[in-house]
Amino acid sequence: MKPDSRGRKLSRRQFASCAAAAAAGFLLTGCGPRRLHELPPDRLEDAIREMERRYAQQYGQTVTVSDAQPLAGVEFAYALDISRCIGCRRCVHACVEENNQSRDPEVQWIRVFEMEKGKGVDFSEADPYYAPPEVPEEGHFYVPVQCQQCRNAPCTKVCPTGATWTEPDGIVVVDYDWCIGCRYCMAACPYGARHFNWGQPTVPKGKLNTKTHVLGNRPRPQGVVEKCTFCIQRTRNGRYPACVEVCPVGARKFGNLLDPDSEVRYIIEHKRVLVLKEELNTLPKFFYFYGT
Amino acid sequence: MPVNRARRDLTEFHTDIVLKHDEQHRWCLDCHDADRRDQLHLASGAPVSFEESYMLCGQCHGEKLRDWRAGVHGRRTGQWNGHKTYLLCAHCHNPHQPRFRAIPPMPAPVRPSRPGL
Repeated sequence: MKPDSRGRKLSRRQFASCAAAAAAGFLLTGCGPRRLHELPPDRLEDAIREMERRYAQQYGQTVTVSDAQPLAGVEFAYALDISRCIGCRRCVHACVEENNQSRDPEVQWIRVFEMEKGKGVDFSEADPYYAPPEVPEEGHFYVPVQCQQCRNAPCTKVCPTGATWTEPDGIVVVDYDWCIGCRYCMAACPYGARHFNWGQPTVPKGKLNTKTHVLGNRPRPQGVVEKCTFCIQRTRNGRYPACVEVCPVGARKFGNLLDPDSEVRYIIEHKRVLVLKEELNTLPKFFYFYGT
Repeated sequence: MPVNRARRDLTEFHTDIVLKHDEQHRWCLDCHDADRRDQLHLASGAPVSFEESYMLCGQCHGEKLRDWRAGVHGRRTGQWNGHKTYLLCAHCHNPHQPRFRAIPPMPAPVRPSRPGL
């Protein structure tokens, strides 16, 4: 027997016991909880039924939690016409209602920045708290910012638990059951697109959107990060995101990047297009363009 | 009664309509048909129904018509991969005053509060 670094002696029996325990532990982790995208179908089904039961009890409404999978041959992209947006914030509030964001403390996935026309897109000079009686204000333009659904997403790389990842259709999602609330992803995101539930989220009684998706707008607990999912509960069923449908000036466009006849492809091929913070090589799938 | 095509102050009818749409060069009967008032007509004189008014608008705003046909100008609702609901030009733009009117914004986000502020 050789003494270890602290002078203690490890017997053959002790070593064998420890090794056996470690091996058993390693095997047992395979039976324990798993991330949602790793769950076998029957266990996901059970987990979803359990969620629906819990939310119905909590909110007094019948909630459906979908696990609609990505559609084949689809990669979502978004385009926003900066020359049309008037900064009315209809999108912000439609998003809050569609995606069950907390009203108090306030969580909003879309933030609209007011900028001066002479200065261009400059976030250091931008004001998200503008509140004039009417918009658009003279000499200003508006840049709404939400999750840019990056192809090279910095947020998913830093997650220590693997609770956030990019789906095959390009949507960056969060598994609220695996998020430990470390907020590394918020620090990594250059667009401020991720939001943390500092308090218990509140949705007014009867106001819960009961059509939910397991990786999207299902009710969140306190202490997890959430973000725009391109309305995964709508878009995987072929519908437009809520912000697209509500925009009164039609500045928001959405579609399949792999479909050459889609609206976003027409925009990318025919309009002046830019992405935010291009120099960071995040490769956003959220494009800004000038429609005029 | 003969058709009066002259530009004038309307005193009896349509007094609520204010024309702010290239008003130096346009007058009612440039778009509305004098003989069939339930129709519009193109510059060529060809009649156009109100349901196809985009053809009339597209005479001047050709690049908007092109973008609208591609689904890029104007609002769409429905399915991104299926049935879409289109709106006509006049659903959003008042043809007599096409510029969008300013509207009140929805509430601003609350500013973060810090102790001492």
